[in-house]
Amino acid sequence: MTAATARETVGTDPMVPRLFRVVHTRRDTRDTHTLVLEPTDGVPLPFRPGQFTMLHSFGVGEVPISISGDPAHPEVLEHTIRNVGAVTASLVAAQPGTILGVRGPFGTGWEVGDGKGGDVVFVAGGIGLAPLRPAILEVIAQRSRYGRVVLLYGSRTPEDLLYADDLRAWARDGGVRVETTVDNGPPGWTGRVGFVTDLVPRAGFNPVTAFAHICGPEVMMRAVATALRDRGVSGTRLRLSMERNMKCGIGLCGHCQLRELFVCVDGPVFDHDRIGPLLSKWEL
Amino acid sequence: MQTIEELLRAHPFFDDFDPATVALLAGCATSVRFAPGEVIFREAEPADAFYVLQSGRVALQVHHPAGGALVTSTVEHDEVLGWSWLVPPYRWTADAVAVAETNAVRFAAGCLRGTCADDPAVGYVFLRKIAQVLAHRLASANRRLLDLYGGGDRP
Ligand SMILES: Cc1cc2nc3c(=O)[nH]c(=O)nc-3n(C[C@H](O)[C@H](O)[C@H](O)COP(=O)(O)OP(=O)(O)OC[C@H]3O[C@@H](n4cnc5c(N)ncnc54)[C@H](O)[C@@H]3O)c2cc1C
Ligand code: FES
Repeated sequence: MTAATARETVGTDPMVPRLFRVVHTRRDTRDTHTLVLEPTDGVPLPFRPGQFTMLHSFGVGEVPISISGDPAHPEVLEHTIRNVGAVTASLVAAQPGTILGVRGPFGTGWEVGDGKGGDVVFVAGGIGLAPLRPAILEVIAQRSRYGRVVLLYGSRTPEDLLYADDLRAWARDGGVRVETTVDNGPPGWTGRVGFVTDLVPRAGFNPVTAFAHICGPEVMMRAVATALRDRGVSGTRLRLSMERNMKCGIGLCGHCQLRELFVCVDGPVFDHDRIGPLLSKWEL
Repeated sequence: MQTIEELLRAHPFFDDFDPATVALLAGCATSVRFAPGEVIFREAEPADAFYVLQSGRVALQVHHPAGGALVTSTVEHDEVLGWSWLVPPYRWTADAVAVAETNAVRFAAGCLRGTCADDPAVGYVFLRKIAQVLAHRLASANRRLLDLYGGGDRP
């Protein structure tokens, strides 16, 4: 093996992180921040909406985080991260200039293009809007190829709604019907209060042509999937993104195993037909 | 301008009622409009009405011991407001405040109760529909109680 091919092999080894520099950070909510990263070697990282990377905070650890940026701009890598523990705390604290390790992108995508010609329904709960954002941007970029496009989004409180500017822009210029709801409303709140499933009956889509993409906590996804299937959306047109603890991200270690499935390579995005039976058994 | 009977027939709550029953029930109803901020009813007051919403949004609020009102759910077009008129002690269990300009059909509770008592078949359909609304609201409230999106106490 020549030195050049050896370097190439190292460069493409899925277990070896590439180095990315944080170029911009944004506080989205009180516990959630978006990091914009650029590769230190200048080589873009193309990805499919729905895929994730293993994001490494040196000296702390590595966690799976979905890519939340625009697939049309692979020269920047965006991640929206909620602070729930040691690694995510260190990631959300990263400042411009910080170097992080990135492996991936890994896993299956939403493949929203399968739904061209029909309606598209996105349903997000909490941080679940982050993995859907690239898919929404992909649909908006080719808006005329789709029928009605609806985003149903539930969060804990109005302050926890992610991407407020995007939500406004998608509704105003992107041809997306955006419906939001919160679990409870503070005094003076004039928006909607209720669970995200409450939005399904009034979403206005054709269940026969629609593809639905759901992301959020499993209990929420199960409830939404049931509501959509009751409306007539078939299990092969209904996709959801699963989360399990991960270590390797490439189907070697078994950490993410869900029965016969490895969430890191068979997922994270699955058809409801495939994952639905496991959802109900493993949910709680 | 649509008659009350037409408004009711176009509303999903009345899908399961036959036209003659809708015509009968329309006799208990009037059209109403609420401005944003207008109080429709208050907790503990006698529940003397049932509302079928045509447009707008109404917030159901409870008072927080620490002060201020917490919005526990909202009701919109194609939905109905108020079930306390149907069961003793006929008192509202929350405040209802219009948060947008709201058009509705208001039924007088006494008239509705009388119609349901006179014709148990109508009463049964009404009860079944209200039970459906309540079951849906309970499921929604239970799921929200789980605090699925979590993290309220995080910095
Ligand atoms: C495919 C995939 C995509 C993901 N995308 C994102 C994303 O875009 N943004 C984001 O913020 N997070 C995302 N996550 C979740 C993220 O990986 C975890 O929050 C992270 O691993 C927690 O690590 P930690 O060291 O900070 O916390 P830990 O110390 O490992 O855990 C702290 C607490 O969080 C709980 N926890 C750990 N992992 C999860 C989880 N996956 N879901 C819910 N609770 C968990 C633990 O039970 C514990 O109570 C994704 C996970 C997967 C599998
Ligand atoms: S994370 Fe190792 S097999 Fe999936």
